[in-house]
Amino acid sequence: MNNGARNNYLLEGLRRLGSVALFLLQLLAQSLPAFARPDLLLKQIYNAGARSLIIIMLSGLFVGMVLGLQGYDLLQRFGSEEALGTAAALGLLRELAPVITALLFAGRAGTALTSEIGLMRATDQLTAMEIMAVDPLRYVAAPRFLGGLIAMPLLTAIFSVIGLYGAQLVGVQLMGVDKGVFWSQTQGSVGLHDISEGMVKSVVFGVACSLIAVHEGYHSEPTAEGVGLATTRTVVASSVMILLLDYVLTAAFL
Amino acid sequence: MRDVHYAIGGRQIFAGLDLTVRRGRITAIMGPSGGGKTTLLKLITGQIIADRGSVQVFGQEIATLGRRALYALRQRLGLLFQNGALLTDMDVFDNVAFPVREHSDLPETLIRKLVLTKLQAVGLRGAARLAPGELSGGMARRIALARAIVMDPEVLMYDEPFVGLDPISLGVILRLIKQMNTALGITSIVVSHDVQELATIADESYLLLDGRIAASGTPEQLRTSRSPAVHQFMTGGAEGPVAFNYPAPDYATQLLAESDE
Repeated sequence: MNNGARNNYLLEGLRRLGSVALFLLQLLAQSLPAFARPDLLLKQIYNAGARSLIIIMLSGLFVGMVLGLQGYDLLQRFGSEEALGTAAALGLLRELAPVITALLFAGRAGTALTSEIGLMRATDQLTAMEIMAVDPLRYVAAPRFLGGLIAMPLLTAIFSVIGLYGAQLVGVQLMGVDKGVFWSQTQGSVGLHDISEGMVKSVVFGVACSLIAVHEGYHSEPTAEGVGLATTRTVVASSVMILLLDYVLTAAFL
Repeated sequence: MRDVHYAIGGRQIFAGLDLTVRRGRITAIMGPSGGGKTTLLKLITGQIIADRGSVQVFGQEIATLGRRALYALRQRLGLLFQNGALLTDMDVFDNVAFPVREHSDLPETLIRKLVLTKLQAVGLRGAARLAPGELSGGMARRIALARAIVMDPEVLMYDEPFVGLDPISLGVILRLIKQMNTALGITSIVVSHDVQELATIADESYLLLDGRIAASGTPEQLRTSRSPAVHQFMTGGAEGPVAFNYPAPDYATQLLAESDE
C-alpha cells in the first residue's frame, strides 16, 4: 500500500469517527425532547427489547448449560465442583452476558434499526418529515437510539438470570452438584461490584450498538445496495467495537 | 430566485437561473427529465443551498436561515412527493394526521374531522385505515396530497404529480390543484414534463433547459414560441437543439465493433 492510499484510508477512518461523534452529540441534544414523547420511546424499547427476548433467552439458556457442563468437567479435575455456582455466576455476570447479549443485539435489533432507517431514507420518508418541519433526528433517530440503550441492560440482566438457571440445570440436575452448595457459593461470591461491572458494560455496549446502527441507517446511500451495505457495516462495526470496548472495560474494572 | 448556480458531482444543474413565482397563481415548471426540476424544489424548501445566487421564499433568503427559522418557513409550505413518501409505520389516517399532531395541540376529535375532510377531498375517506403498503401508486399520491394540504399551506409544490396516473385519477388531481388555487388561494408550483396537462391549469409556465429558463409565459405563448428548443419540447420532437440521445460513440461504428473496448 503506498503512502497516498494509506493516507486516504486514515482520512476516511477519521472522517467516519468524526461523523459518528457529531451524530452522538446531535442525538444527545435530542434525547431530552425524546423523553417527552414516551409513546415513541416505549415503541422502540418494545421493538429493540421485547422482540429480542426469545433469542436472548434461548441463547442465555444454552450458554449457561454449556458453562455448567464445561465448568463441571474442569472443576471436578481439582475436586472442587462445588465452586461451579461461583464460576458460572461470575463468568456470566461480568463477561458472557453483556458481551453475548450485545453481539446478539447487534445482529437482531441493530440490523433491523439500520435497515428500517435506511429504507425510510431511500423512500423519502425522512425528507418528507423535514419538509413537514418535523426533525427526523428527534422523531426517528433519538427514540430508536434511546430505545436500544434502555433495552440492552434489561436484556443483559435477563440473559444472566436465564444463563445461571441453565448452569444450575446441568450442574445440579444433571451432574449432581449439591443444590444448596451451588446457590450458597453463588450468593457468597457474587458482590455488587460484579453485577455493576456487567451493567456498566451493557450500558456502554448499548450506546455503541444503538449509535452505530442508527448512524449507519441515517447516513446510508438511498439505494437497495446502500441499505444492504449499511446493514453489514452495522454488524461488523458493532461486533468489533463490543469486543474492543470489552477489553478496555475489563482492564478498567480489574 | 436570482442568478442561481448549483452543481453536484461536477455536473452543472443550474447556471444563472432566474425565476419568480407570483402569489396566488399556478406556476408550471417544465423541462426534460434530469433537467433539475426536482432540484429546483429542493432549493426552494432549503434541502440544498445554491452555490451562488439568491433564493428567496416569502421574502426570506433561504441560505441565511437557521434551522428553527427554516422549519418555521417550511410549515407554510407543502410538497407533494413523486412517490408519495408516506410513513410506512402508520396507516393512512395517521399519515394525514401526522403534521397536525406534531405542530398543534388540537384535540383528537377535531383532528379526526380535519383528516376525514381532507381524505374526502381526494376521494379516499374509505381508505383511512389501510396501510401505505396496501395502496396503489396513484392512491398513495392522493393520500400524500391530503397530507400536504392538511396544514393549509400558503404554497403547495407538486413534484411530477401526473406520472403513472390513470385518466380518472389524473383528472381528479388536475381539478384538485385548480380548486385549491381558486378556492383557497394557495400558490401552486407544479413541476412536470406533461405539457398537455399543465397547459389546462397553469397561469404561467417556465421552461427549464440547460440550467436556465429558456422561455416563460402562458402555456399558449410557449406553444407558439419561435425558439427551436421551446418548439421541440412543446411538440415532443426527437430531433432539435434538445438532445434526446445520451452522448454516445457513432452508432454504426459501435455496432460493427467486436467489443466496446
